[in-house]
Amino acid sequence: MHDSQAVTVMEHEAHNPALVHQFSDEKQQKNAASLGMWLFLVTEIMFFGGMFCAYLIYRLTYFNAFAAGSQQLNIWLGATNTAVLIVSSVTVVLAVKAAEAGKRKLLVGYLVVTVLLGMTFLVIKGFEYKEKFEKHHVPGSTFNFTEKFDDNGKQIPVNSKEAELFFSLYFVMTGMHAIHMIIGCVLFTGLAILAWKGHYTSSYFTPIENGGLYWHLVDIIWIYLFPLLYLISRHS
Amino acid sequence: MASTAIPANQAPVAPKLNYLNNGHTLKSWLLTTDHKRIAILYLISVSAFFFLGGFFAMLIRLELLTPEGDLLAADTYNKVFTMHGIVMVFFFLVPVVPAILGNFLIPLMVGAKDLAFPRINLLSWYLYVIGGILFLHCMLNGGVDTGWTFYTPYSTSASNTNVVEAGLAIFIAGFSSIFTGLNFIVTVHRMRAPGLTWDRLPLFVWSNYATSVVMILGTPVIAITMVLVIAERTLHLGIFDPRLGGDPVLFQHLFWFYSHPAVYIMILPSMGVISELVACFSRKRVFGYKFVALSSVAIAIFGFLVWAHHLFVAGISLYAAMVFSFLSFIVGVPSAVKVFNWTATLYKGSVSFATPMLYAFGFIGLFTIGGLTGLILATIGIDVHVTDTYFVVAHFHYVMVGGVLMGYLGGLHFWWPKISGRMYPEGWAKLSALFVFVGFNLTFFPQFILGYVGMPRRYWQYPPEFQVLNVLSTAGASVLAVGYLLPMIYLLWSLRYGPIAEANPWGAAGLEWQTTSPPPTFNFDETPVVTWEAYNYDEIPAPKELEAPVAR
Repeated sequence: MHDSQAVTVMEHEAHNPALVHQFSDEKQQKNAASLGMWLFLVTEIMFFGGMFCAYLIYRLTYFNAFAAGSQQLNIWLGATNTAVLIVSSVTVVLAVKAAEAGKRKLLVGYLVVTVLLGMTFLVIKGFEYKEKFEKHHVPGSTFNFTEKFDDNGKQIPVNSKEAELFFSLYFVMTGMHAIHMIIGCVLFTGLAILAWKGHYTSSYFTPIENGGLYWHLVDIIWIYLFPLLYLISRHS
Repeated sequence: MASTAIPANQAPVAPKLNYLNNGHTLKSWLLTTDHKRIAILYLISVSAFFFLGGFFAMLIRLELLTPEGDLLAADTYNKVFTMHGIVMVFFFLVPVVPAILGNFLIPLMVGAKDLAFPRINLLSWYLYVIGGILFLHCMLNGGVDTGWTFYTPYSTSASNTNVVEAGLAIFIAGFSSIFTGLNFIVTVHRMRAPGLTWDRLPLFVWSNYATSVVMILGTPVIAITMVLVIAERTLHLGIFDPRLGGDPVLFQHLFWFYSHPAVYIMILPSMGVISELVACFSRKRVFGYKFVALSSVAIAIFGFLVWAHHLFVAGISLYAAMVFSFLSFIVGVPSAVKVFNWTATLYKGSVSFATPMLYAFGFIGLFTIGGLTGLILATIGIDVHVTDTYFVVAHFHYVMVGGVLMGYLGGLHFWWPKISGRMYPEGWAKLSALFVFVGFNLTFFPQFILGYVGMPRRYWQYPPEFQVLNVLSTAGASVLAVGYLLPMIYLLWSLRYGPIAEANPWGAAGLEWQTTSPPPTFNFDETPVVTWEAYNYDEIPAPKELEAPVAR
């Protein structure tokens, strides 16, 4: 959300080249940028909120079908991905710390590791999607769901239309999340390149902080998606 | 940084560099980050969509001139009212006041050089244009016929028109309004001039702030709703499709969760305009300033809690309906606070009747009718009787046209000297305000009666006994059209032939009047320091004759 416009304007005493014309000092600029970022995160929460609302309603209405669908997801791939994302959030925090300390190479290193972890997540997600295609669990004309809900050994048959709804939500929600992951990877690649060029200093690293906020939000959304989609009925 | 207050009524220096003559190339406009130039870009594009939407409105009214479906085929009529609604709601009413007047005025009013994120501001205009072009493309390829509400399952499985493209256009245009709102909130929080505390902010800023909150909380929900509709059409998901276990009422909940608060996105900025106008042309501080300011915030909050009153006949539980009915009455309270306080501001003020004030009077009267009929509709029993009739159509046109558009036109005339550096011709402006007021009432008042006696909306034929009222309505629409075309002509005329405007032709309070007309690119030569309350009209000399600097 930052705005590094060319500073061709006003007779600013040319202190920080990153200070843009509409702000009177760096503190104001930094505060504005981070408030803007937090507001953007609010819009993201509302965006995903619509889907979580739909999920909640159908999970309450069609619990058995949702539990049966959930049992068909690959819990190990899902758990691995959760771990990957949590580690990536740690590297983001370390990147911000490195930026604060003005350690350029360390900053670039952590940003690159973050991107790699993000890509790992996407690759694993890709394998999961492939498995769904093979099992005909992708909504549409080829959808075929014959599995039952295994409620502690009791086999309960479920309506395949209702299970299809579960997979519809699964694909829309994880798909939207994956799009955000892709945007995050592109964003962090850009930040890494700019960091390599020495764009950020210990006194100016707002984009790293704001990029980090975005990454954490996308991470948190997954932290909610994982139990809601994979762990509906895994207690035993 | 040395900062001094700039004296009011500073005479404009003729060859001074201002935002309009600072660069004349197309590039200097299309790549500008100046909030004032972006406001002009919005002014041009939003006006174009207004006349497009107006064209569809005229087609509707011409078709309804006679009881038979003779001008348009039934399917065409469906498309015409759908596209009238989509263009007017998403491409006109939502951006009109915030993106044009708000963009231009908010940095000026808070004494800043620009909005907090000028490039995001430009991006938001481009998103608006891309969304608009996509919708135009959709129109040229046969349009869309679902009604602007896109109700499922009609929009997902029955309609064979370009629903996907229309949905995508709305999705993209939605991000334009999210970015505008985000920019306003950050600007108001972080960029106010020294001394400009929250309780010294102009009420226009307050109302746009409240609007922005609704924009950033509501718009993402319509975005995801459109994504789900598109996904349902293209990928055959069943989230809203009853045949696949989905629930069409869920769509209505999600849709109205945005689209009811969107009504406040439209009306709140216009209410802010009216506060400015009433104070200036009564030469008085707005009565109960804090209540008017906080009523905007209250409307923004309560506006999110009333959406299900659109669903009284959709099969929601009676208890839910009662709660939403009650909350809909509650939202009438802050709206009434505004109307009462404007009226109280007029009391013992030295009221003058310049064109902006005529529009303000129009707003107060018409919004009151629109608001009160809203309470009638919030009553469950009556709502069941008049749901989907012309009573509803008349109600929301009183709020949207009688309210939003009146406020916008009043504001546009009021700030025209600041925007263009020229005065508009007062005589023509008064005439067109009269046309708008008479034409509006003639168009929409008969529709209250039509609806109450049972004429349903969205039909292209009707029983012959409804014809008299429909003819009146169509006649009114023609008068209204003249009222809208006139300002376009004389405002363009004034750009060249209007008398040069002073910095503060109305003797108005507010920082925007303390800089030159038109303002320089960075708004103020020196950052202003505010040491006075808002609307300190007792300290500002009134212009000798408010109508004096005006062309006849």
